[in-house]
Amino acid sequence: MAEDIIRFRDDEPHEEPAVSLDAFLDQSNATAVRVEAGEDARRLIPFLDRLALIEVDFPRFRDGRGYSSARILREAGYKGELRASGDVLVDQMLFMRRCGFDSFAPDAPIDPDVLDAALNRYPYVYQTAADAAVPVWKLRHG
Amino acid sequence: MYRYDHYDQAIVDARVDEFRDQTARRLAGQMTEDQFKPLRLKNGLYLQLHAYMLRIAIPYGTLNSRQLRMLGHIARTYDRGYGHFTTRQNIQYHWIKLQDAPDILAELATVEMHAIQTSGESIRNISADQYAGAAADEICDPRPWAELIRQATTFHPEFSYLPRKFKIALIASPTDRAALRWHDLALRIVRNEAGEEGFEVFAGGGMGRTPFIAYPIRAFCPADQIFSYIQAVLRVWNSHARRDNIHKQRMKILVHDLGHEEFTRQVEEAFAHILTLGTDFPRAEYERIAAYFAPPPFETGLPDEIDRADPDFALWVDRQTAPHKAPGYAIVNISLKRVGGIGGDITAEQMEAVADLAERYSFDDIRVTHGQNLVLPHVRKQDLYAVWQALDAAGLADVNLDLVTDIIACPGLDYCSLANARSIPIAQKIAQRFADIDRQLELGELKIKISGCINACGHHHAGHIGILGVDRKGTENYQLLLGGSGAEDTSLGKITGPGFDEDGIVDAVEKTTDVYLRERQDGERFLDTYRRIGVEPFKEAIYG
Repeated sequence: MAEDIIRFRDDEPHEEPAVSLDAFLDQSNATAVRVEAGEDARRLIPFLDRLALIEVDFPRFRDGRGYSSARILREAGYKGELRASGDVLVDQMLFMRRCGFDSFAPDAPIDPDVLDAALNRYPYVYQTAADAAVPVWKLRHG
Repeated sequence: MYRYDHYDQAIVDARVDEFRDQTARRLAGQMTEDQFKPLRLKNGLYLQLHAYMLRIAIPYGTLNSRQLRMLGHIARTYDRGYGHFTTRQNIQYHWIKLQDAPDILAELATVEMHAIQTSGESIRNISADQYAGAAADEICDPRPWAELIRQATTFHPEFSYLPRKFKIALIASPTDRAALRWHDLALRIVRNEAGEEGFEVFAGGGMGRTPFIAYPIRAFCPADQIFSYIQAVLRVWNSHARRDNIHKQRMKILVHDLGHEEFTRQVEEAFAHILTLGTDFPRAEYERIAAYFAPPPFETGLPDEIDRADPDFALWVDRQTAPHKAPGYAIVNISLKRVGGIGGDITAEQMEAVADLAERYSFDDIRVTHGQNLVLPHVRKQDLYAVWQALDAAGLADVNLDLVTDIIACPGLDYCSLANARSIPIAQKIAQRFADIDRQLELGELKIKISGCINACGHHHAGHIGILGVDRKGTENYQLLLGGSGAEDTSLGKITGPGFDEDGIVDAVEKTTDVYLRERQDGERFLDTYRRIGVEPFKEAIYG
């Protein structure tokens, strides 16, 4: 399983299996948690400093709730691994990266060349997001 | 108007490259149709009954002549010589081949145009008042804010896989020419007591099978915070909307289910948080954009008199022109609603004729209206006769703005795979029945809107007279609605009773207008009379 994970982090992959959000909130010594689509990521905010891995599930690639979950977690200061799992496809991964995902566990393999092209295609972005990209308005005004 | 700098151009060029790659992967079988569909929709490409339809964005309905000529070129090269302007100020072509789409997008990019987010579950092209920058009653030109919001919402990483489509409209006048409160998010620029500009915000409007008029959720959002506010609205909806039933996923359903007070409370909570993130564009960026929309160099000392010696010209002037903020100028409305034609359709040659006129007489500025007509916003009154003659030669001098033959109709079963009934032939039959211009003027302002299914692309809920085509046991059947409005007096039309067949609905419309002519009091429009006397006298005439 671990070899199918695409990571954009330098640290070692976290080995502990992720527990469900409810299980985590019940017995909160776990360090990895899985957030399903429709679950409120804000419930994790009090515990972010003890988490090493948050997995956000995409049941269908068109279900975009996970993008907001990722933004909410990064905006709250979460620095650990943020993994998108499930129906994760190459054409959505640029936006996932911009929302703060730095690891991917796709159901089906991703062609690395297509991914590389997709992540590097756009030279500029219009908005600030969870990544380091500088928005065009800032480039325009220095 | 706004011009791309090298940043805007690089982003649009990358989009063409991306879609070319995606289309090639689809054609090579490396992607399923299910996976490809949302990608092509975000580039405006629908699969319809006979071919692909490509919808091209016309941001806030503003075009220059070079762009309009390009739209003519696309019509001639890739389609059947014509295009169709839509109720959201875009243009669409109905006979497109998938393999041509990347080339079309590449051609559009050369004139600073694209098809980004014109379809699919995304933040759609923002629409605005077609008289922006010209209207005598506006408090400012809304287009700089529209352009800022366009950039802020283009490829927004969090909000590109939304529960459903999301439509924004923006105006800056008390008069609503943009069907404001029928949008998911409706923004009206206002001034507060301190004289500062900001936005009055309405949310949760929409037509479709469950129509709602947008609720007021904020009386005043400071202008520089509007992007934070929009993101707050989107985050609440994206996080909490249903995802199990496509018919229940528009934001209007969430606003209704939560109640607009609770929805507003959640938006305010998210807004307070997002404001702290520093995502709003700085004032300097607004000013950079606004400089592109500086008023054109209007001449002063121009005469206001118009030579009305030619009665056909005088008729056209009275109906098709509107007051301009600059003395000596007028706003010209070009009808795309010729009786017997298809509303909103325009040929490549007509596009070129309008482009020529805009270049010569209107500071190179053309607008598309939500009523599917065109506007030359800045014409010297002394040039009106020459403009009228040229429009007449191009088959574009019809007189019917806001009259009974100025009908909005969706493409319907003639093109659309969702439709249950034809719309265009019904519009044509009604227009032919009322073709006599004296009769149209006698009836005055009367907006008929026709949809071929409950998705309501023809805005039947907002028609003074609305018509909804349904499928009744395998035959087309048309329901009649009365009393809707898409203007500042927004209201939802009500179904009168059992539906009609194709000829029956035309008769029912005529009987409806007969009741109006009989019952109206001084100065009343059809809608005013309907509101005063109610539906019963109309039902008696139609069904009695």
